[in-house]
Amino acid sequence: MRIDSVDKLNHWREKCLKKRAAQKRKVLVCLGPGCLASGSDEILGELKKILSEKKIKGVSVESIKKTGCHGLCARGPLVVIEPEGIFYSRVKKSNVAEIVETTLEKGELVEKLLYKDPSDEQTIVDYKKIPFYARQQRISLRNVGQIDPDDIDDYIASGGYSALARALNGMKPQEVIDEISRSGLRGRGGGGFPTGRKWATCAGIDSDIRYVLCNGDEGDPGAFMDRCIMEGDPHSVLEGMIICAYAVGSREGYIYVREEYPLAVVNLQKAIDAAHERGLLGENIMGSGFTYDARISRGGGAFVCGESSALMKSVAGEIGEPRAKYIRSVVRGLHDKPTVLNNVETFATVPVIINKGGDWFASIGTETSTGTKAFSLAGKVCNTGLIEVPMGISLREIIYDIGGGIPEGREFKAVQTGGPSGGCLPADKLNLPVDFDTLTEAGSMMGSGGMIVMDNRTCMVDVARYFLNFLVSESCGKCVPCREGLYQLHGLCVKICEGKAVEESLALMERLSKVIQTASLCGLGQSGPNPFVSTVSYFRDEYLAHIRDEKCPAGICRDLITYTINDKCTGCLACIEVCPVDAITGEKKIKHVLDQEKCTQCGSCYAVCKFEAVDIE
Amino acid sequence: MTQQDVTRLQGIFGRNPREPGSLIAVLQDIQREFHYLPREALSETAKALEVPLSKVYSAATFYSAFSLTPRGENIIRVCKGTACHIKGADLLLDQLESGLGIKPGETTPDLKYTIEVVNCVGACAMAPVMIVNAKYHGNVPCNRALRLVKKA
Repeated sequence: MRIDSVDKLNHWREKCLKKRAAQKRKVLVCLGPGCLASGSDEILGELKKILSEKKIKGVSVESIKKTGCHGLCARGPLVVIEPEGIFYSRVKKSNVAEIVETTLEKGELVEKLLYKDPSDEQTIVDYKKIPFYARQQRISLRNVGQIDPDDIDDYIASGGYSALARALNGMKPQEVIDEISRSGLRGRGGGGFPTGRKWATCAGIDSDIRYVLCNGDEGDPGAFMDRCIMEGDPHSVLEGMIICAYAVGSREGYIYVREEYPLAVVNLQKAIDAAHERGLLGENIMGSGFTYDARISRGGGAFVCGESSALMKSVAGEIGEPRAKYIRSVVRGLHDKPTVLNNVETFATVPVIINKGGDWFASIGTETSTGTKAFSLAGKVCNTGLIEVPMGISLREIIYDIGGGIPEGREFKAVQTGGPSGGCLPADKLNLPVDFDTLTEAGSMMGSGGMIVMDNRTCMVDVARYFLNFLVSESCGKCVPCREGLYQLHGLCVKICEGKAVEESLALMERLSKVIQTASLCGLGQSGPNPFVSTVSYFRDEYLAHIRDEKCPAGICRDLITYTINDKCTGCLACIEVCPVDAITGEKKIKHVLDQEKCTQCGSCYAVCKFEAVDIE
Repeated sequence: MTQQDVTRLQGIFGRNPREPGSLIAVLQDIQREFHYLPREALSETAKALEVPLSKVYSAATFYSAFSLTPRGENIIRVCKGTACHIKGADLLLDQLESGLGIKPGETTPDLKYTIEVVNCVGACAMAPVMIVNAKYHGNVPCNRALRLVKKA
């Protein structure tokens, strides 16, 4: 069915809603990256199999809905049953038959799969009441985990494309830009540039061709918000792009998706095809006379291609080397034409702003960072997953109230935000409000939204070494400060990890960092030293312990530690099996012996020992 | 290259506009069909798109998605994103390296396994993550890594 007017869209939505209302029960199976990694595809298959064989009143195969990331990945695989919002976590394939029988047939609960709050062992049935969800506010993630990403009618039923209808019928392009400007929306990819201003600049340039591109090259390790949006709600990204194209006068564009996200490519392509079929993308959108088309451009696995000018080169089929930006890419971008490049989350937010108004959005968050922000919460935190919170919330609330604190009763040490361009913030910064400016002032940055929590078993020098190693291999090599500077900085950092550095190294590294930050061509180099700079300023003692005492307090740096087996050893053979260099010998039920000559300090024995029988010194 | 390979290559050229801007897309298609970029395919691409071979080689070595050497039947990708790093991705690698006798980027002589290290696959909540062919494995204990690979 082609939708060629606003009336038709409304009519079609009514129809979709009616059809959905007929289904009393909905069984949502999360197929987000986290749940998929714990086998939710098998659960979906089993559920389909059972429901196609069984006849249950009000429930059929059509009641099953595969969704994108529901959020609480740590408890995956997740199955949610609507309308009650019954939240089943850590579901196994073998539990599916019981869910069908007990809940779908009899209307009762499967107790053992319900969420138990770790603090008081209370069972919570409705997921909206679980602290992890209760403290969130979802705008860009509004549909992720709720709708079937492959079904455009699901998106339309939930209000999708109504913002586009509103913009195309009754709003002038300038009014759209004004609304976005009023909302105070800033780019969610990390730069934080005001979106409205970017659009206005592009619209104001005299040109026959303008491009609207979406940056789906979520390269920051530790960030997966954009992946979840592209996979779980691709139409919201498309709708945002079309609205932008209307506002700036563009007729074509690309969504640049990184190579590592094959499912995002598939889901976006399905969304593009479905939108074409419905008349919501392509020629004469919704009968308004406006035309815009978007295509997917697949990345080639280069981190630097997340940078605007490099991304545009890559879209044009060249190698992704950034250029000096005396002239910004919004003025001279893809094929040297004016180009708006926004991030996935930014575009996904746009339709909500058009529907609810810029003032509404600006009323959320802080004065300079309005609205909400999606974060991926990972590392040493109990509730790893995908969240969205109002700007201005404190790091403590995110990590402790939503994230549930640090597992295994360990101590919080630092939180890393902003990926390789960001930094690590220590415990005394936990009360800082999360917004663009505060995090930058504290020596980190908002970045795209990856948040990695670290405990006292994380070595901060090793973290700096890790990021520098990442950046050395991802530097495109075009400018010397980044290519050579980061290489030297990494070399010095490795020396510290090996206990072979002198104290003067730190001053040298700090000087070198300034040069790299000042003289590099693009953001990768300019922010490259940040992981070192932030860790050395907040965790200087740890660096000194490596240099002066040749000790790694966290017990991570392999050259500075020794593993020994203590008397708690029960002789279970687990460490012998796992030791990659056969350094451990012994027999069952007899204390094992570790040969220090052979040991490479990898820590595999420590990781598998269930009896705390391996000591690190 | 066999005649069949040449036909496959021509098919790829046919699917993409014959212009220099298609370079990355064409290389991606070749990588997907052949699992690596054979030398002859690079020179054929240069001719077909009318770009210098040096430019084709430049793109083929710039992007990490491309490989110039044949890869194994089973591709094991170990994620080394930040979350995976601090949750012990190195231990997984230690196991795989010693178990298969190859380093990341290498392929076993029998062309059965290739180990690759990827920067982040976006499944950080389940760190450490390992992908065997297309199957994601989350929270992988180091002593299970090799077994998961052999099961594939």
